[in-house]
Amino acid sequence: MNTDETMIVAAARALRDGAVCFVGIGQPSTAANLARRTHAPSLVLVYESGTLGAKPDRLPLSIGDGVLADTADLVIGVPEVFNYWLQAGRIDVGFLGAAQIDRFANINTTVIGPDYDNPKVRLPGAGGAPEIAASAREVIVVVRQSRRSFVERVDFITSVGHGRGPGDRQRLGLRGAGPTEVITDLGILKPHPETRELILTALHPGVTIEQARAATGWDLAVAPDLTVTEPPSSDELRLLRELIATQTDDTARRPA
Amino acid sequence: MTAELMSLPEAIATLVHDGDTVALEGFTHLIPVLAGHEIIRQRRRDLTLVRMTPDIVYDQMIGAGCARKLIFSWGGNPGVGSLHRFRDAVQNGWPTPLAIEEHSHAGMANRYVAAASGLPFAILRGYSGTDLPAHTDTISMINCPFTGEELAAVRALDLDVAIVHAQQADRAGNVQLWGITGVQKEAVLAAHRSLVTVEEIVPELSPRPGAIVLPAWAVTAVATVPGGAHPSYAHDYSERDNSYYRDWDAISRDRDTFSQWLHAEILDEAA
Repeated sequence: MNTDETMIVAAARALRDGAVCFVGIGQPSTAANLARRTHAPSLVLVYESGTLGAKPDRLPLSIGDGVLADTADLVIGVPEVFNYWLQAGRIDVGFLGAAQIDRFANINTTVIGPDYDNPKVRLPGAGGAPEIAASAREVIVVVRQSRRSFVERVDFITSVGHGRGPGDRQRLGLRGAGPTEVITDLGILKPHPETRELILTALHPGVTIEQARAATGWDLAVAPDLTVTEPPSSDELRLLRELIATQTDDTARRPA
Repeated sequence: MTAELMSLPEAIATLVHDGDTVALEGFTHLIPVLAGHEIIRQRRRDLTLVRMTPDIVYDQMIGAGCARKLIFSWGGNPGVGSLHRFRDAVQNGWPTPLAIEEHSHAGMANRYVAAASGLPFAILRGYSGTDLPAHTDTISMINCPFTGEELAAVRALDLDVAIVHAQQADRAGNVQLWGITGVQKEAVLAAHRSLVTVEEIVPELSPRPGAIVLPAWAVTAVATVPGGAHPSYAHDYSERDNSYYRDWDAISRDRDTFSQWLHAEILDEAA
C-alpha cells in the first residue's frame, strides 16, 4: 500500500452514508466513489457538470464523462447546479483538493507567487471551489502534505477556509461550516475549536509527528488526543485498486 | 428570422470577426472543437475568448495566436494537468500576451444567465473573502435593497458570438441537444449571433428526456459537422477520447512540438 492509497481510504471513510456530496475531480472523486463501494452505498454524488446522484461503474476522468449522465438521478444545467442546489444549501459535504492550503485552511488554486499579474506558476483557477467552500454545510479537503502545499499564508485566496481566525466566516456571510477536516498522505488535520487554526489530530500508521511537522510550513500544533488512523483494510485496498483500474482500462480501449 | 444552414468555413467567415468576443461552450461534453479549429484556420486575431472551462481547444486557439484576452473560471486539461499554451501565454506572453478575466464557475454561469435574461448583471452569494474581486472588475459587492445583506454582483457577458455543438437539427434549423447540457442554452441566448454545429440533420426531432431545444428563430446558423466535438464527445454518438487529452500534454508542453502539430493538423490541411 502507498501513502496516496492511505489518504484516499481515509477520505472515503470521512463520508457518511446518505450524505449529499459535491465532488471535485481527481482524488476527491476517487475517494467518494470508493465510499459508495464500501460503507456508503447511498452516498449522493453531485458533480458540477449537472449530474446529480451519479452512480458511475468506473472512475470518471473528467467531471463531465458520459457515464455520469447515464447513471444520474437527474441531469441539469450548470447555472442550476450552483444556484438551486449549492447556493440554496442542499449540499452536505463539499469535497475539495488544493494546490496550496494555509494555517486557517484557506485554499489557493489560482497562482503561485506574490504577484498575480506575473505569477511564478499559473494554476487552473477557481472552478466551483469558492462557492462550494462557502455554501456546503461542511468541507473536506484532500491534499498531499508538503512544505510547498502547506504554507503559513496562501499566495492567493481562491476559496475561503477559516479566514484569519474565529468569527471570520460569519463576518463574511459564509453559511457553511467551512473545512472540518484536511486529509493528507500523512494524517488528518482539523481546525482547533477556538483558534480555527489547523492542528494535527491523527497520523496514518508509521508516520511520526516530526514527519508531519517537517511537511508543514507553519508551527504545526498537535492535538492532545492525537490518534493513529486504522490502516486500510484488504477489502478497501482491493476495491480502491479495482476502481483505479477502471480508469486506466480506458486507454486500452483507444481506437487504433 | 430563422437559422441558416451553412458549411462550417462559411459560418465562421460570416459570424466571427477579428476583435470579436466569442464563447465556445460545452461542459466537457459537446465542445465545439472543430469550429475552434476553423477559427484558427481562418487566422482570426485579437479575439476575446470566453469559456467556463478552457481546455484543449482554447489551448490550441491561444497557442495559435487567435486571442488577446481570456474570460474563464477554470483553465486546465481535465484529469490530466495544466494547459501549457495557456500558461506560456500568461507567464511569458507567447505567442502574444494574453489578458485574463477570471471568475468562479458560479460567477461565470450567472454572467451567462444575466446576458440571456437581458439584464446588466446577476447576483449571487459568492466571492466573499476571496482575492478574486480585487483582480476582476466585473465583480462588485452590493447590498440587497430589501434586507441589506451583502451579495456579489457580476456583470452580464457581452458576447458577439456563441458557438455550441449539438446532436441534431432539423431542416428548418431547430436544434436538440441532450446529456450534459452545461451552459449552452444560456450562451446561445446571451450572444448577438450564434452558430450550432451538429452531428446530423434529421427529418424530424424526436423528444429526448432532459433535452434542450433551441428553436430555429433563436439561432443564427447551423452547420453539419459530424464528430465536431472530438476529442470531447456527443452523447449517443461518440465516446470521449481520453487518450487525446493525455497525449495533448506532451504535444503542448513545447513550443516547437506545438507548432509542428498546428501546421500538420490545422493550418496545412486542405480546407
